Amino acid sequence: MRELAPQVLGAVLRRFRNFSSAEDAVQEALLAAAIQWPDAGVPDNPRGWLIHVACRRMGDHLRTEIARRRREADYTIQTPHDDQGSPPVDIAENPDQDDTLLLLFMCCHPALTSASAIALTLRAVGGLTTSEIANAFLVPEATMAQRISRAKVSIKNSGVPLEMPSPRERVERLSSVLHVLYLIFNEGYASSIGPDLQRNDLAHEAIRVTRAVRNLLPDDCEVAGLLALMLLTDARRAARTGPEGELIPLAKQDRRLWDRSAIVEGVALISNALSHGSVGPYQLQAAIAAVHDEAQSNEDTDWPQILALYSLLKRMADNPMVTLNHAIAAAMVYGARTGLELLASLDADERLAGHYRLAAVRAHLYEMTGDHAAAISQYRAAAGQTTSIPERNYLIDQAARLATHRQ
Amino acid sequence: MKFMLMMQFPLGDWKTKGMEAWPAQDVQAHLAFLRRFNKELVEAGEFVRTEGLSGPEQLKVVRAKKDGTPAITDGPFAESKEVLAGYWLVDVETPQRAYEIAARASTAPGPGGAPLYMAIEVRPVMMSSTTGEV
Repeated sequence: MRELAPQVLGAVLRRFRNFSSAEDAVQEALLAAAIQWPDAGVPDNPRGWLIHVACRRMGDHLRTEIARRRREADYTIQTPHDDQGSPPVDIAENPDQDDTLLLLFMCCHPALTSASAIALTLRAVGGLTTSEIANAFLVPEATMAQRISRAKVSIKNSGVPLEMPSPRERVERLSSVLHVLYLIFNEGYASSIGPDLQRNDLAHEAIRVTRAVRNLLPDDCEVAGLLALMLLTDARRAARTGPEGELIPLAKQDRRLWDRSAIVEGVALISNALSHGSVGPYQLQAAIAAVHDEAQSNEDTDWPQILALYSLLKRMADNPMVTLNHAIAAAMVYGARTGLELLASLDADERLAGHYRLAAVRAHLYEMTGDHAAAISQYRAAAGQTTSIPERNYLIDQAARLATHRQ
Repeated sequence: MKFMLMMQFPLGDWKTKGMEAWPAQDVQAHLAFLRRFNKELVEAGEFVRTEGLSGPEQLKVVRAKKDGTPAITDGPFAESKEVLAGYWLVDVETPQRAYEIAARASTAPGPGGAPLYMAIEVRPVMMSSTTGEV
């Protein structure tokens, strides 16, 4: 049912333009199925059945609404796309059409803020309840309900037609979808530290939806790249947290705790995608993750390959985090001095002003050169700049470790 | 991103300019402003939490005695310049948005209906999740 719900919602939206009413109609159809199917049996085409019932409900709602407006002498009525209430003809013609992608394009429209798009996607595509989404983001339910409402209103007001984007817009629109899914994954993965298991579901939800997108667009290499990146990152989850709930960075993780089957799947996906010759940012990030995940130990890591991949990634987009990671890789290949020199160019970058990671990377590189005084100072500075408790604790520990060493 | 916005009321002014001394309609206007402000935050999908705190008359300062029991003195500290009147927790996309919200809170009306232009402290809230690998 969870896979069918967004498909049905997408189908209803394709025919009628009202998001909220469509959601209600789909809920009613799902309820009807839950009541009728146990006795009558599951129909041969469950999706078609649900779409038929949902559209009929939509028709009912609209007829009621139209009658009400006529009574109120409102002549600016929007008539539905179809005949009122007659079952959509095209179900019979395209029984396998999956409107999940249409729904995703809408929920991830570039006009929406990230927070809105994330909330709406989790609600409409993920099928999470408002309460579940609110818990995941640690806000009250009323606040999250508003975010979702506002997202729907934004879509309506933007005048975006409820149809698949044209070939010309498709690349950009798909990129918005992938970006939202990536943000959802990150939100879930970032909170997989420590014992707070609830929010882990976000990462797996992102993987589930990305898989669905891959099934619908099996030839798209960036989609494959994103899925691979998620799998290869999520594979390391169990090794991230130490016995006291502390953060363990990749270099120090116990690789026996990594999920081998996720790594195998991720490596296969990215290898296959790259073999097609096109290259995109998610594919490159996935390739980097694959190089890390395939190394038997930290010492076995193929840093020259990682450096080459970061160099490519750096050329694709002007992202200071990529530049930071590139500097680390360069340090691993050419020595810490080289890494520090590359960091100097970031001092003037406003996007990184006061950002903890610049200081944290610098600290790590100073430690590599043996300049412990500078390293301690930078670790402490970084600790004061991060808003993450596990990261702050990690950075304070590094400073303390070096300070003890010096005594 | 979560931020805490703290409304700091000058301590010296509390007795002379605090709400107990305002005309009733000014108190109503202030409370109405806060209700509207909170409603706007909910509607914007940014509201997490808000509390008003009781005044310095009810404030106690507690330290542990050597035996671990509480030593309680009437507060606030003599050196305090301000007292926390209340706070908001908001969830926003950028620090700039947090500052905008704080500026709006700062215009809450006081005696005579004039904006108080109170100082609002804005601080990021620490999270138990990571932000990026260290």
